[in-house]
Amino acid sequence: MIRVILPAHLRTLAHVEDELKLDLQCPVTTCSILDAIEERYPMLRGTIRDHVTKQRRPFLRFFACEEDLSLESPDTPLPEAIASGKEPFFIIGAIAGG
Amino acid sequence: MSKARVLVGTRKGAFILTSDGKRQNWDVSGPHFAGWEIYHLKGSPADPNRLYASQTSGWFGQVLQRSSDGGKTWETPGGGVSTAPDGMPTGESNKFVYDTSAETGKPLTTHQWYDGTQHPWEFKRVWHLEPSLTDPDTAYAGVEDAAIFRTTDGGHSWHELSGLRGHASGPLWQPGAGGMCLHTILLDPKHPGRMFIAISAAGAFRTDDGGKTWKPINRGLKSNMIPDGTAEVGHCVHRIAMHRSRPDVLFMQKHWDVMRSDDGGESWHEVSGNLPSDFGFPIDVHAHEPETIYVVPIKSDSEHYPPDGKLRVYRSKTGGNEWEALTNGLPQKNCYVNVLRDAMAVDSLDSCGVYFGTTGGQVYASPDGGDNWAPIVRDLPAVLSVEVQTLS
Repeated sequence: MIRVILPAHLRTLAHVEDELKLDLQCPVTTCSILDAIEERYPMLRGTIRDHVTKQRRPFLRFFACEEDLSLESPDTPLPEAIASGKEPFFIIGAIAGG
Repeated sequence: MSKARVLVGTRKGAFILTSDGKRQNWDVSGPHFAGWEIYHLKGSPADPNRLYASQTSGWFGQVLQRSSDGGKTWETPGGGVSTAPDGMPTGESNKFVYDTSAETGKPLTTHQWYDGTQHPWEFKRVWHLEPSLTDPDTAYAGVEDAAIFRTTDGGHSWHELSGLRGHASGPLWQPGAGGMCLHTILLDPKHPGRMFIAISAAGAFRTDDGGKTWKPINRGLKSNMIPDGTAEVGHCVHRIAMHRSRPDVLFMQKHWDVMRSDDGGESWHEVSGNLPSDFGFPIDVHAHEPETIYVVPIKSDSEHYPPDGKLRVYRSKTGGNEWEALTNGLPQKNCYVNVLRDAMAVDSLDSCGVYFGTTGGQVYASPDGGDNWAPIVRDLPAVLSVEVQTLS
């Protein structure tokens, strides 16, 4: 079971209080995680990546296993620790705004 | 007994204030959508319980919220939690994609940037929502970069009325200091298909065919800060207002100058008269007196606060030129707030109520057409928009 931690504002928007748990086929990628999130929580479409271009929104980053994966190809398989649920996949909002 | 419901959008959430017809005591609910910028929320004239709200964030982009019970509960249309793959909602209520289809004839992809070069159109946020006068499921959205979208399914999906952005003058439009936003949408109650919109900094436009074609309506405007001060487009219009009974008469607060048109925008003339400053953002019309209008003078475009530190609404009962300061109940010293373009509204109770919100987080109301004012809530986040519903 994949574990995903959303920023607080997106948890509110999706009406979830804790981390998401997603059941995905291997290989697990950033793209497959985002596809699953948007399928299960349609209100989050457009808030993490662009509706059309699928580009990550500029003030969001993706982290896993203490690595910043934001600039990796979204189709790159994620570490086994993510696929197994040992480690969560983080979607993090930039700390900005003063 | 009639009631008033005030819808307040702020930098950090929405607030809903309700009162009986006396408008002395107010209940405040909120913040709704805490932490998000609420550029605008507005109720449907056809169904007062139907509200639309524009919820935005620099991090997460645009979200469109809808209420069917007067703001008690909200939903993202088509975006409810889905656990079944079949019949999944489309979740496109926040999908504002510019029309580049071949059917529009000439997809327009650039406008003028600050440095004079051409720049691609990029959606940033919804500035203004204008529900249809007759159908709760139909509403218009004015967005940045400037374009107008329409929903006919209660906000589930939005489609651009691309004839506006496709106007031949499009490449000459340029952003104002706040971005290139379409911030004003007026629906003509007497001429179906006629709408007026305004863009900073392109100017005012009118359609007579429901949004298929548009014409600039800026004749008579003079803007010293642009190369050709009387150009067809390029004017920084801050707000337009009309009275429902007389939709051919328009009032405009331009960057500088308060203007009036008596012919549906075909021509404008200045009515700034004796205002202490003719710079400002909002303008509105009394609910029962079509010649009574309100503005809030601001010192200048580099000093976004009232002249002399005195917060004064100015009222003209002659459709402009002759203005009186309204000060009872408003701070008359050390006041350096601003009042933004969408942050003034009027109710239609027997004694017309006038409302405005400030960047200091106060919402002031006058239950007697502007003679006396009091804050009905204070210390909110900076107020971006104020709308009022008169409920029976």
